[in-house]
Amino acid sequence: MTTTAIPNKPVNVNLIGLGKADYKGTPSTLCNGCGHDSIASQIIAVAYDLSLVPQRIVKFSGIGCSSKSPAYFLGRSHTINGLHGRMPSLATGALTVNREMTGLGVSGDGDTGSIGFGQFKHMLRRNVEMVYIIENNGVYGLTKGQFSATADIGQELKYAGKNELPPIDLCLEAIASGAGFVARSFAGDPKQVQHLLKAALSYKGTAVLDIISPCVTFNNSDLSTKGYTWGKEHEEALHEVRYVMPAEEIMVEYEEGEVKDVVMHDGSLIQLRKLDVDYEPRDKYSAMRILEEARDNQQFITGLIYFNEARPNLVEQQRLVDTPLVHLPPEKLRPSREALDKINASFM
Amino acid sequence: MEVAQTQPQSGPAADRAPIVNDFSITVATVNGSGSQTANNTLIRAIHKMGVPASGKNLFPSNIQGLPTWFTIRVSKDGYLARRERAEILVAMNKATIAEDIQKLESGGICLYPIDEPLPVKRDDITYYPMPVNELTRKSGADAKLRPYVANMVYVGILMCLLDIEMSEIEAALSFHFGGKRKAIDLNLNVVKLACEWSQANLTKTDPFRVERMTKTEGTFLIDGNTASALGAIFGGVQFVAWYPITPATSLADGLNDYLPVYRRDADGKHTYAIIQAEDELAAIGMVIGAGWAGARAMTSTSGPGISLMTEFTGYAFFAEIPAVIWDVQRMGPSTGLPTRVSQGDVLKTYFLGHGDCRHIVLLPATVQECFEFGTTSFDLAERLQTPVFVLTDLDLGMNMWPTEPFQYPEQPLDRGKVLSAEELNQIKDWKRYADVDGDGIGWRTLPGINHPFGAYFTRGTGHNDAASYSERPEDWSGNLERLYRKHDTARTLVPAPVIDAAGDAEIGIISYGTNDPAVEEARDRLEKTGVKTSYLRLRALPLESTLIEFIKKHPRVYVVENNYEGQMQQLIQLHAPEFATRLVSLAKCDGLPLSARWIMESILEQER
Repeated sequence: MTTTAIPNKPVNVNLIGLGKADYKGTPSTLCNGCGHDSIASQIIAVAYDLSLVPQRIVKFSGIGCSSKSPAYFLGRSHTINGLHGRMPSLATGALTVNREMTGLGVSGDGDTGSIGFGQFKHMLRRNVEMVYIIENNGVYGLTKGQFSATADIGQELKYAGKNELPPIDLCLEAIASGAGFVARSFAGDPKQVQHLLKAALSYKGTAVLDIISPCVTFNNSDLSTKGYTWGKEHEEALHEVRYVMPAEEIMVEYEEGEVKDVVMHDGSLIQLRKLDVDYEPRDKYSAMRILEEARDNQQFITGLIYFNEARPNLVEQQRLVDTPLVHLPPEKLRPSREALDKINASFM
Repeated sequence: MEVAQTQPQSGPAADRAPIVNDFSITVATVNGSGSQTANNTLIRAIHKMGVPASGKNLFPSNIQGLPTWFTIRVSKDGYLARRERAEILVAMNKATIAEDIQKLESGGICLYPIDEPLPVKRDDITYYPMPVNELTRKSGADAKLRPYVANMVYVGILMCLLDIEMSEIEAALSFHFGGKRKAIDLNLNVVKLACEWSQANLTKTDPFRVERMTKTEGTFLIDGNTASALGAIFGGVQFVAWYPITPATSLADGLNDYLPVYRRDADGKHTYAIIQAEDELAAIGMVIGAGWAGARAMTSTSGPGISLMTEFTGYAFFAEIPAVIWDVQRMGPSTGLPTRVSQGDVLKTYFLGHGDCRHIVLLPATVQECFEFGTTSFDLAERLQTPVFVLTDLDLGMNMWPTEPFQYPEQPLDRGKVLSAEELNQIKDWKRYADVDGDGIGWRTLPGINHPFGAYFTRGTGHNDAASYSERPEDWSGNLERLYRKHDTARTLVPAPVIDAAGDAEIGIISYGTNDPAVEEARDRLEKTGVKTSYLRLRALPLESTLIEFIKKHPRVYVVENNYEGQMQQLIQLHAPEFATRLVSLAKCDGLPLSARWIMESILEQER
């Protein structure tokens, strides 16, 4: 057996020559075992796997534990950590003027489901091209344990007592607001998170990933529907999700009828292997029904819940030039002297 | 015809000397009745006769049915300020006619619909009836259109009474209707009928006349919001997010009108984005996101919108992100008087945000400055990496003002301190917020920079020079000190005040914005009574040193403004505490533009 040594090439690098460390951020200051740190790890792994260029990614977040986490991954990417619940508007502005950037937003259930609910829904209406991750733990961590709007009814917390209000299902709200990529996952299911995240990064609009991400400090008792134990025991995957890059060879052979292929605009594929039920994520009404039923029965379903790539995204709606607006030279921005003469004359 | 006999015998001064090109007209109507076309036609026709004319719409916050007054000032001297009383009343609103007649200048005239009984009789004014219904019926206009063309009756009668040239009325209608012959003829027909009727039935016994001059040559009429929109376009705007609000909506309308024409690529694609946001909070968020990413981004709003932008404005000040916010001021607090004018947002915008915040505020007084500050605002925002407010107001924004043609900006766009990947390679140890130049302004990079270490983390939380999270006291205070150093740099960059010094005058006047025409007129009138004044017109905040020099030279300084508290006077007192007692506040806040008479009388009262 002969081996070919590649000169000067470190062993663990991806297609663009970056190691995993090049995708890391500063050390996390979140609590040990926080679901958000697990998600940060999956983001790093996915960016490395897909050989994403860090400087072509731009990160956004609001306020809260979740919104601190962009500091802990992709340290070589520009980041804007904004106001509580207002990340959607910042992202809308930034991604509209630079259409070449890949947008990655991280929010929480308070940030998205309460203070920023309006901006969340309006961003989905506009279909801003970005991945919008909700690190959903049903509780306000930084302010030490109040219920969030996604907490299940009847749930009890040390600080807040018993929750009398029904939960807002952010996936259902996303679909109702016109989102075309809506998925739910679990921080304790890294493989699924990775495949869904990869698919979300290829989506030509807002891709919503609602990831149940346990808060180990304030909401992780065995009875908590947003905790690790409950999640591990109750997760019901709708299918096994597998993302296949455009040029990637399909390695796994499936039986006829066992798998659904969802083809994305860039030629990549989401393969959904059937589990217990035959679920069709391209049917909006099935998606809304299954979410409502899961909410009624307190079921924890995960997977690609809804997919539809037909609607134009914001950049398309705006009919923008191909060059990012921020790269246009001054002569494209200031109309000519003749244009002003014409305007002056029109008022005479 | 019986109508002629109903012209009330009116005694006043048929033998008075003619009053030429120097009077005001108030048109009282109900809103939604389409009088805007008629009023604009009159202003434009008079303007085109070379006679300075301007108009102010004093309208209610309502779509249809409430009283509205349009005042047209004809002034051979070029005065543009609101006058408190008019000489000519067109009384089309029976709900207000009694009050309107009482407000007429003695010796004035009142035109009223013949079918309406006159509620008040004044011996010192001349009455002319107008057979409005009869003439609109006679014009053959479709029944649905009659209420709109009815206003052309007063246009026609005024045209004849005042000697306004018919050809200019026709040209003004043609301009208004974009040359659409059918609409022009429909209206012109009523004008002609009214004029003929007037010639046959009315005997002119008043002294008011319009006579051709050459004072408006080379100028045109435009509203401030359109001028602001054009200014932003020639300032290279790339991103707009806005939410509808009176009186700022027509600024966004202007952008929507002109951007698609002048900022489209060869293949029809846009070199700009404009988004109607879900509220002002989202609008400013989008603007800050776009400004952070490197675009010239703006929003336009008014008081309530400014309130919603508070947190984000403080964020942009602290995270050092350029943004331009046009505030077309209206009367507050709260919903206030949405269609009335005020300069009530001076303190609010200057300090907007919690904690220690100070912002750049530009104060245009004319449509020319609205256009000019379109560029200035973006240049300053990007140079200083901070929010810039442009404070116009309803009077400037929504009324028509005469202006010289707009001048093409001669300076290239100033994009401020932005590092390219190549430049970053030359720098060792780049830190986003380090004050390497001593002006308080750091060097930024933009998302997408092709450099492995060009990124930084933008945050509203405490940070050090390198943009890393920090709660260290010395980082916090050092950062604030630098931000205030940057604010001092701004003092040297913002548009300087305009000073008109009158030699040895002991009285100084400081004012800003749309008070300017009233101040100028008041100064002329004061001078005629032997009171000389110097005048400094502020054009921006922060305040700077020439202001202090001006105050030093004048023992008594009046600060004239359109708000209750004397907001600018308070800011000047903070800026020049050693002269605080010299500053006399002349502040008025009643929803109307200031008048020269009020300024003059207020100063004379103090000087007595």
